[in-house]
Amino acid sequence: MKYLAFGIGLVLSACGDSQTTRDAPAPMPLKSGTEFLTLETQALQADTFANPAMLWVDRGQTLFTKPVDMGMGIEKACADCHSETTRPLTQSAAHFPKLDEKSGALVNLEEQINLCRIRYQNTTALDYESQDLLALTAYTAHQSNGQAISVNATPKTQKNFENGKDYFFTKRGQMNFSCAQCHDENWGKKLRGDTISQGHGNGFPAYRLEWETIGSLHRRFADCDRGVRAQPLELGSETYTDLELYLAVRGNGLDIETPAIRR
Amino acid sequence: MSNAMRISAPKTATRGEVIELKTLIQHDMESGYRLDSRGEVVPRKILEKFECFYNGEIIFQADFQRGIAANPFLTFYTKATESGTLRFKYTEETGKTFEESVEITVS
Repeated sequence: MKYLAFGIGLVLSACGDSQTTRDAPAPMPLKSGTEFLTLETQALQADTFANPAMLWVDRGQTLFTKPVDMGMGIEKACADCHSETTRPLTQSAAHFPKLDEKSGALVNLEEQINLCRIRYQNTTALDYESQDLLALTAYTAHQSNGQAISVNATPKTQKNFENGKDYFFTKRGQMNFSCAQCHDENWGKKLRGDTISQGHGNGFPAYRLEWETIGSLHRRFADCDRGVRAQPLELGSETYTDLELYLAVRGNGLDIETPAIRR
Repeated sequence: MSNAMRISAPKTATRGEVIELKTLIQHDMESGYRLDSRGEVVPRKILEKFECFYNGEIIFQADFQRGIAANPFLTFYTKATESGTLRFKYTEETGKTFEESVEITVS
C-alpha cells in the first residue's frame, strides 16, 4: 500500500511539471475569437483601414506623442520614454497583466498606462473605460500585434491567479453558470444564433458590433456576467484583473490581434 | 472624443483611371430610439449627409438615415480627371460639419 501511494505521488508530481497545463486547463486546440466570426467580419478586422477600431488606434497615437504638462514648465509625452530604441512597446501587451514591482499589485495594460501617467508624467489617472484610456490601450496593444501571449503566474502573482481561476470556475447569477461551462466545455457550439468562443482576451480592447464602439476586456467580462444574470463587478476591479491573468495564462501562445472585431 | 475621420485615396493616378475612395468617420449615429439607464430617450443625433467634392464639384453624395450603424464607412469610385483636391464632408443634422481633404496628382 505504501508503495502504491508513493507511485501515485510520482505520477502526480510528474503531471505537475507542466505547470500551466495543470493550473489553467486550456481548450484544445486554442482558437482566437476571430475564428468564430463570419468571413465578412474577419475581413473587416483584417482591413486596417476599414476596421472601425483603428479610429481609436489613431487617437491613441496622437495622445501617445502629445506632451503632457507636468507643471513647472516641463512637458513629457509617452513617446519621450517609449521610442523605437528605448523601451519600445512592440512586445508589451503580450506580457500583461503583470506584477508592478513598486506597489506589489497585479496590473493590466490600462492600469500600467495610468501608473505611467502618475509616476512619470505627474498627471492624473484616466478613468477606466474613458475614450482616452481605451485609445492609448488600443494603440499600445496594437504595437504587439502578432506577438504570442506569454504570461505565467509567478510566486508573487499566484494568489491573483488562483483568485482569477476561482472566478472562472464559480457558478454565478440567476442562470447559475460559470465561465468554464461555456468557454471550456461548450465552445464551438451554438448559444442561440451565436457560436460560443473560447473566451480569450487576445483581441482587446476590441470593437464589438453589439456595442458599436471599442471596449475593454473588463467591459466584456461585465457583459458576460450580465448575460448569466449575475451582478457584474466594477470595471478595473482587482478580481477582473485577476481573471485577465488567468485567461492570459490559459491563452498562452495565442497572438495579440488588437484591435479585433467581435460580435 | 472628437469625430475622427479616416480617408483612403491614392496620392497619384493616371488620367482616366478609376480610383477607389474610402472614408470612415467616428460618429455615434444616435438613432433616437434608445433609452438610457434611467429609461429616458437618448436624443436623436445622426449624420444626415455625406458629400465628396473633386476640385469643388460634387462627385458622390449620400443621405444617411437612422438605421445606419455607428461609425459609418463608405467606399466609392471616381475617374481621375485632373490633379487637385478631394474634399470629404459630413453634415450632422444639427448643422455641424466635419471635413477633411486630400491631394491627388494626376498624370
